[in-house]
Amino acid sequence: MAERQVIVGSRIGLHARPAALFVKAATAQAVRITIRKGDGPPVDARSILRVLALGARNGDTVVLEADGDGAVEALEAVATVVAEDHDDPA
Amino acid sequence: MTGIGVCPGRVAGPVARMGARPRLPEDHPGVADAEAETRLAIDALNLTAEDLERRAAATPIPGAAEVLEATAMIARDPSLEEAIRSAIAKGEPAAWAIDRAIDAFRALLLDLGGYMAERVGDLDDVRDRTVARLLGEPMPGIPERDTPFVLVADDLAPADTVTLTTDRVVALVTVKGGPTSHTAILARSLGLPAVVACPDAASLAEGELVAVDGSTGEVLVGVTPEDAAATNLAERKRRAARVASRGPGRTADGHRVSLLVNIGDAAGAAKVAKVDAEGVGLFRTEFLYLDRQEAPSVDEQVSLYANVFKEMGGRKIVVRTLDAGADKPLPFLTQEGEPNPALGVRGLRTARRDPDVLTDQLAALAIAQKETNAVVWVMAPMVATAAEAKGFTDLVHSHGLPIGGVMIEIPAAALRAADLLEHTDFLSIGTNDLAQYTLAADRMAGELADLLDPWQPALLDLIRMTAQAGLAAGKSVGVCGEAAASPALAPVLVGLGVTSLSMSATAVADVRDALAVVTLADCQEMAARALAGKPAR
Repeated sequence: MAERQVIVGSRIGLHARPAALFVKAATAQAVRITIRKGDGPPVDARSILRVLALGARNGDTVVLEADGDGAVEALEAVATVVAEDHDDPA
Repeated sequence: MTGIGVCPGRVAGPVARMGARPRLPEDHPGVADAEAETRLAIDALNLTAEDLERRAAATPIPGAAEVLEATAMIARDPSLEEAIRSAIAKGEPAAWAIDRAIDAFRALLLDLGGYMAERVGDLDDVRDRTVARLLGEPMPGIPERDTPFVLVADDLAPADTVTLTTDRVVALVTVKGGPTSHTAILARSLGLPAVVACPDAASLAEGELVAVDGSTGEVLVGVTPEDAAATNLAERKRRAARVASRGPGRTADGHRVSLLVNIGDAAGAAKVAKVDAEGVGLFRTEFLYLDRQEAPSVDEQVSLYANVFKEMGGRKIVVRTLDAGADKPLPFLTQEGEPNPALGVRGLRTARRDPDVLTDQLAALAIAQKETNAVVWVMAPMVATAAEAKGFTDLVHSHGLPIGGVMIEIPAAALRAADLLEHTDFLSIGTNDLAQYTLAADRMAGELADLLDPWQPALLDLIRMTAQAGLAAGKSVGVCGEAAASPALAPVLVGLGVTSLSMSATAVADVRDALAVVTLADCQEMAARALAGKPAR
């Protein structure tokens, strides 16, 4: 089981467009990825409803987990999306 | 039949009715083959998603593609699929299972509040489209037609409006809603002739030709194709002539009335640059703060304000400080669970508890003003007393901003306008809230639309008192509510003593034309009749 901790970089948190980009990235991976916040239960990273319901805000740490071949690379790809600030007007 | 006209223009076209939300039939069939039933449900969801994605790719409206894609993503959500699968396993047929699964997520999001709760509209959209498909009912939402039509609906939801374009829809008629409803505001922003609160519209038949007059609120039935063509030709001529009307607002005898524009974001400012108006009479700043967990920094605000100010090209811009609370809650500023938010800690009142948000905003406005050398006036929303007006105006001046004023939205402030003007530089009347508080009628309560009618004499009395206090003090008193956008009401407001009118950009030409054909004495006569409850409209 590969695990990755990452801080939410988006200014508005994992909502709206940042959440959609995250779910798209997770859906594109060959392995199944889960995401959890703090001690909460891990949820399917391909589920926009579950991801929104995490209520992850800017600066929160989330934990991404995956199993199987290419898990580390897959986590790396989606972690980048979580860490970015998509609202940066620049 | 007649309703309330909310956006002027007279056009004719065939009726297309908004698809109603599908209802599950009373009789609940059983499930013979759970696997087949699940496939049925998932296929229907996928078709909904594909349909939304196709519309996202095709929409020319900025921002609409993102809304539609986000909704499609919900239809493809694996957790939703799982919930549907388990409901079907418990004996729910496909349509019922979808309804039940969506309901559970609905409750979850509502519980989280804020941004998440607003996604409930997207969930409902997915439910309605998919359930309609499974039950073989017509698609809910704005109908698809090859030719332009008059859209007839019970009322419009924000989700319906992202795909509404003026090339398909020529006019709007709603059974419910009021002059400040979402439908009315949307119609004015698109310049679409519209009639709201028209109960008889419920009886209009699909395809029937009607003529809609968005000034008088009249909806004419039994229109012949020849009549319709003549009506639309006259409207095209009127619009062409309107483009020719130019220059500052004035009455036929040369009395000046500033015509200004309301904007709500930076994109609005860019549009104003192209409108023939004397500036911005209301710059709403809420968009900077919405969907955020913390207030924006001073630096971030400065760059945004400076960009907006640059668009003004030397014209005046009246900035309203943050108006949070009531229907616009913010996690870092407003309290949840107020028993009566419209009467609670909103507008300027939030600065009692947390003055930093306001002082940061004023600091940022002052820096942006110095950088751009723009003509910036600043005003506060929800001011009740002379002491509040003084406190705010002094604060504005202490930040180096020369002109500070307050909005008149509370009857107490209108009654004591002369006292307020001893301490403040100008007043701007927000007729939507002033009507709500004067008539004690919630702005969102469609069935009270008649009470929110800006022609209510009690409302006009308060506008007169405020405007007359302004004339006596030699200070500017504007109107920036939706009432200012009405060509019929504009001369009345001028007759009451109002010195400027601020409205959506699409309304300026009509209001300019309406003022150009009356003298100041005519305006005063019209105002007297309206105050007597006998308007000549």
